[in-house]
Amino acid sequence: MSQSSQLAGSAAATGLVKRAWNSDLAYSFRRSKVTVAAGIVTLIYLLSALFAPWVAPHDPYDMASVSILDSFLPPAWIDGGDSRFLLGTDNAGRDVLSTIIHGSRISLGVGFASVLIAATLGVTLGLISGYVGGRLDAVIMRIAEVQLSFPDILIALLIDGVIRSILGPGAHGNIAFVVVISAISLAYWVQFARTVRATTMVEKSKDYVQAARVSGKGTAYIMFRHLLPNVMGPVLVIATISLALAIVTEATLSFLGVGVPPTQPSLGTLIRVGNDFLFSGEWWITIFPGIALAIMGLSVNLLGDWLRDALNPKLR
Amino acid sequence: MAKAPLLEVRNLRVEFPTRHGTLVAIDDLSLHIDPGEVLGVVGESGAGKSMTGAAIIGLLEPPGKIAGGEIVFDGQRIDNLPDADIRRIRGRHIGAIFQDPLTSLNPLHTVGRQITDTIVAHLPLTARQARTRALELLREVGIPAAAERIDHYPHQFSGGMRQRVVIALALCADPKLIIADEPTTALDVSIQAQIIVLLKRLCSQHGSAIMLITHDMGVISETADRVAVMYAGRIGEIGPVSDVIHSARLPYTIGLMGSIPSIGEEVERLVQIDGSMPRLNETPPGCRYHPRCPQAFDRCSVERPELIAVGSSRVACWLYDDSNQAQTPLPVRAAAKTNRDSPRINGTASAKPLIEAEGLKQYFDVSPPLLTRILERTGRRIVQAVDGLDISIVRGETFGLVGESGCGKSTVARTIVGLFDATAGTISYDGASLSTREERARNQSVQHKMQMIFQDPQASLNPRWRVSEIVAESIPRSRRAANGGVSARVGELLRQVGMSPLDGDKYPHEFSGGQRQRISIARALGGEPEFLVCDEPTSALDVSVQAQILNLMVDLQRSLGLTYLFISHDLAVVHHISTKVGVMYLGRIVEWSATHRLFTHPLHPYTRMLLDAVPDISKTGTQRTQVEGEVPSPIDPPSGCAFHPRCPFANDRCRTETPKSIMVEGTSIACHAVEEARLPSWKAA
Repeated sequence: MSQSSQLAGSAAATGLVKRAWNSDLAYSFRRSKVTVAAGIVTLIYLLSALFAPWVAPHDPYDMASVSILDSFLPPAWIDGGDSRFLLGTDNAGRDVLSTIIHGSRISLGVGFASVLIAATLGVTLGLISGYVGGRLDAVIMRIAEVQLSFPDILIALLIDGVIRSILGPGAHGNIAFVVVISAISLAYWVQFARTVRATTMVEKSKDYVQAARVSGKGTAYIMFRHLLPNVMGPVLVIATISLALAIVTEATLSFLGVGVPPTQPSLGTLIRVGNDFLFSGEWWITIFPGIALAIMGLSVNLLGDWLRDALNPKLR
Repeated sequence: MAKAPLLEVRNLRVEFPTRHGTLVAIDDLSLHIDPGEVLGVVGESGAGKSMTGAAIIGLLEPPGKIAGGEIVFDGQRIDNLPDADIRRIRGRHIGAIFQDPLTSLNPLHTVGRQITDTIVAHLPLTARQARTRALELLREVGIPAAAERIDHYPHQFSGGMRQRVVIALALCADPKLIIADEPTTALDVSIQAQIIVLLKRLCSQHGSAIMLITHDMGVISETADRVAVMYAGRIGEIGPVSDVIHSARLPYTIGLMGSIPSIGEEVERLVQIDGSMPRLNETPPGCRYHPRCPQAFDRCSVERPELIAVGSSRVACWLYDDSNQAQTPLPVRAAAKTNRDSPRINGTASAKPLIEAEGLKQYFDVSPPLLTRILERTGRRIVQAVDGLDISIVRGETFGLVGESGCGKSTVARTIVGLFDATAGTISYDGASLSTREERARNQSVQHKMQMIFQDPQASLNPRWRVSEIVAESIPRSRRAANGGVSARVGELLRQVGMSPLDGDKYPHEFSGGQRQRISIARALGGEPEFLVCDEPTSALDVSVQAQILNLMVDLQRSLGLTYLFISHDLAVVHHISTKVGVMYLGRIVEWSATHRLFTHPLHPYTRMLLDAVPDISKTGTQRTQVEGEVPSPIDPPSGCAFHPRCPFANDRCRTETPKSIMVEGTSIACHAVEEARLPSWKAA
């Protein structure tokens, strides 16, 4: 009995893999070379970020292994370069490649966390707004519209500044991540809310929702059990595109010096720090993190574009 | 045949290349249309009817393409013409009318401009001459005050009037052939009747031939000269209309005819064809109908039958092959006749109603926002969807509610089950009052005994849920623990509606429309209801599937003792299933009585009009009385009797005083003319 059910289970699993591979989504992914390339690049970033301590050739924040004597070494293929440091070293003698790998870990982490929070907030408010309607809808949507009339980065700066001034300069170091993440997520929830609201309003008039109401199901049950799975398609698309935007926003904040602390630098911090040495000839300290950021943003964005087209039946 | 055919299609094959392989939508189809002839093409959805029409006028949606055969129009081969040349023929020599009059017209141009543009594109006329011709055409298709209406935009016309404009558009270059793809499907019965009469008259005047594509046998039988029955991309039977309708030879046609409820006949069960049309990627070998055919034999599953002459028709069926004389087809209607005036369940119907609504009103506020109202100095706009409706349904009966679109049928259904809070009036169920939301909350256990079945089987099941979750949804919490739990109950429910418990693991998109409707019924039964509100449960289904669902509903009613409120715009379906029928017009029931009585002795002029308008297969070749006008808007209903602007018997009293319901020989009727005995007696059909 258990063996047969296990067999059935594994058969179902292989069937599922087969179905997923043959699905229209996978097919449209496979067909576009650009998308496949973007997918591979994103995967490399994700893996190297996840396993940064093992992937990076050096530990740039281990004071014992970093030597000030190695500072300002150019990339390995340029005269005076050192084969130990492929992309050269910075002012403190840290390996630029390793700082980039550790930095993208922070960038991606902050990006994922902010998108997750922004999506949760936006989807919930969008569902409520779309399903309940009336005054509540008007209030939520007016707030969203007011916020949309300001640039995202300004909102993030504002929230960041407010939280910092409330907490005072001393407390800042420990909660810098929390501040940055909440600033970014509060800047990005509107997109989610508006899209989810629109989809919800279409879905709620469908008869399966009416059937649930006839069976006496409550508002929360209908919103989260019935409607939520049906509005997740567009959310996935926005989440992917927002991830790219959130990474860039975090980099901008860090570049402006209001982001993550310099002790745990993200790509944005690296660019800012390296920026000081750009005109004294040590261009590699800022250019390589910049290229890394650009490629990361581009590939995540390309993935988002593919997802948007693949999930939109009108563009097929 | 003396004349050469106007259109000849030979061995047409339409393919859709997909990445899973090539789908053949139309396979080796041949037909011809003579000048001035009306050829009806019928079949259920997926049969390839519309595809055939689209292939002829070169409007196949890519990636679909003609992969074989040829189309000859007026002596010229047109299937291989370049785009520019086929465009010159399309509109000039072949006109097209599509199903939805709303999307067939450009909303940004006046109808006059759209017609004159088309005329100028095809005929050597100046703009002024074209306008004169457009005006003539609009008059010809029966647009009142055409000189004024010519400068109106499409949204200023009603659905029926828009379809008339579309017909004018198709006729503007005097084409020799018109391809009409479901021209009346989106319209109400009374409007449908007007359009059919119009099409027939115009084509005989202009000498145009029509290829009339529809799923509605009634429309075909009244309009067409010859009929082609299509199944899964092939023609199964083609011949003169009277032969195909009344002495069909193909088992599929026979089944199809038997599955259509008819007002002329009373049967307990409809002839049922099991299964449904195969999908394009799983067409069976041999005769494509053999898996559903009651008379299939070995040869049917291996060898594909071609059309052979049988009598005056041509039939693609091995039953009529010379080597096979022994087989004889089934009689058209095998079902038994019964007395239908008594309720179906055992035990006499108690006089006490199970569900009762009195003075039910449901108004919707569709006013523009306050600021707009102040700036434009307009008042509130209220849709009086249901306006003082009384209904009472006795346990065990099926109350059919009919009416045209916009009369408030669905609103009644939704108000009774509690999806809307009634604006005024009372609703009571088995003595318990359910008029307000508070009362419904207090009487939860009673509320559970009402369930609803919806029209659109696509939208009524959550696409992200498994079938077992969907069916389990309505099982009340108190029942979840009993008798082996939810999964046992779900299996039982699925079996009850004729499905397998194994289907519970699948998702709704894996099922056909009819199966989805069965799932929807299973969900409704999960709440162990006594009373089911069915809102057009078969309108989105093909006739053969409709017959399955109607039979299932009759069976369930008998075994579970259910009471139905059955809402439909289709008089024949309501006639078939109901024990009592109410006719709704603009938010009120104008007449109700026992089914048999209502259909044989209709009193209200509106009921009579509806009965006159419904196309029926028993009315082949008959002339119909034309009905004027359309349903007015429920935002601003006419004073007095709402029907008076369309009523030939209206007098001053009808225009000012709202009629009250009175009982006349067992019929409840709201009509001054009946009260004053001014009505002529109804001619028995």
